[in-house]
Amino acid sequence: MSAAAKPAGFLAVARAVAWRSIHLFLHNPAFLIPSLLFPLFFFASFAGGLAAVANVPGFDFPSGYTAFQFVFVLLQSAAFGGVFTGFAMARDFETGFARRYLLAAANRQGIVAGYALAALFRALVTWTLLIAVALVAGMEIDGSGVDLVGLFGLALLVNVAATLWAAGVAMRIRSIQGAPLMQLPIFLILFLAPVYVPLDLLSGWIHAVAVVNPVTALLEAGRGFISGDPTVVGLAFAIALVLPILFALWSRGGLRRAEAAG
Amino acid sequence: MSGELRTQVGQLARRSVLRTLRQPAQIVPALVFPLFLLAVNAGGLKDATSLPGFPTDSYITFVLAITFVQGALFSVMNTGTDLARDIETGFLNRMALTPLRGAALLSGLLAGSFVLGLVQAVAFLAVGLIGGAGIAAGAGGVLMILLLAVAITIAFGSIGLFAALRTGSGEAVQGLFPAFFVFLFLSSMALPLDLITTDWFHTVASINPVTYLLEAFRSLLIEGWEPGPLLLGFGIAAAIFALGMTAAARALKTRLVRT
Repeated sequence: MSAAAKPAGFLAVARAVAWRSIHLFLHNPAFLIPSLLFPLFFFASFAGGLAAVANVPGFDFPSGYTAFQFVFVLLQSAAFGGVFTGFAMARDFETGFARRYLLAAANRQGIVAGYALAALFRALVTWTLLIAVALVAGMEIDGSGVDLVGLFGLALLVNVAATLWAAGVAMRIRSIQGAPLMQLPIFLILFLAPVYVPLDLLSGWIHAVAVVNPVTALLEAGRGFISGDPTVVGLAFAIALVLPILFALWSRGGLRRAEAAG
Repeated sequence: MSGELRTQVGQLARRSVLRTLRQPAQIVPALVFPLFLLAVNAGGLKDATSLPGFPTDSYITFVLAITFVQGALFSVMNTGTDLARDIETGFLNRMALTPLRGAALLSGLLAGSFVLGLVQAVAFLAVGLIGGAGIAAGAGGVLMILLLAVAITIAFGSIGLFAALRTGSGEAVQGLFPAFFVFLFLSSMALPLDLITTDWFHTVASINPVTYLLEAFRSLLIEGWEPGPLLLGFGIAAAIFALGMTAAARALKTRLVRT
């Protein structure tokens, strides 16, 4: 038995799964290009096409409309980085590759951690491009370095939460047919927040929904960070920390379902 | 059209319509997504009507136009995916063994787009009117909106046929969907062209045909009967259809030679 391989532990599994996912992401244009282009198109459409919204009476965001929309697109790309990784996970289950992961990994939580690391890498690549485009477009950043750490910290936590949500769905459905279930709730919750104008300028049903939508606090805090006027920071980070914890439990349940399914 | 061709088109059209109606996964997103965007935009951008020069006091009237064009974009995917499935399952190869004409095949497959476009347009108009949108062109305008919506849906459907015949893969057709949304997002979707203040975006939106499709709908919804925007809208739909069908006919020949 001296030649028998020792079962891979948490870190080794996470590293291996992450490496493969990142490799696939970088080497397959069908995965890479939509991830990069989608946030850029949203940013171009919102920041470019709606710039005149900054002239609406009552719109008083100090850093301008480009920065206002940058925060939304940043959080959106964070969330969709997680969702796209959920798609990859579902595809691995559909093709049977994930079953090999389950057989080989001594610590199967490492599999989820590996996908989460890949999602983070995917988001970092997208953010780098997004920031470059935003700066070229003349985005004003009035926040300090600490504020920016806060902004990207929020985005990072959103990415982790979205990945764990999507992973939970992927491991329960174990087919790419679960894709709408991964992305639709995230799409809905993002767009039912104050996307185009601040919360105060919303009225009617969308204001009522936005007030109770947790994404509203994340957006307001993010916009406060970029304008150098931090607001609802405690609430935003409380939400951003609770979501990954809840979705970690959700994904653990999904992992157990996948293990039971064999 | 000869009797034989009419029969061929009729058979395939019947199949295409039934196939569309029997797939809720095609119909539901094509109805729900545009209505969701309508709700979000109408609520979130209501204050944009206070911008000087905004053409109407009702943002929902302005934004209702988007639903028709967004809905039509779904026909790229739906028509293309259906034909791609026919290619993947070998159904097209079996069709190729029959005396079926290429024109019949392509025209028949667009019948599903026609029905879907009509269902969508009626649903979008009904929801828009319930939500408080107005139609300046009156009852005749309703008919014209339905006609324009169906024309655009069929035109985009022809692009879906080309994509399916060119790639032969449903996954590849699905992958085109975001690319078509770029045209929608880089148009005068949320604000009138005159109120787009970012220079590069104004330039892109000015040369984007989707802007003029939206303006054709908006002319009926906001202005009344304006022949210019309407003719431009129908002209663009006809041009897209002509390009799509020509490209699809060529791709069909190539595919049949390959098989």
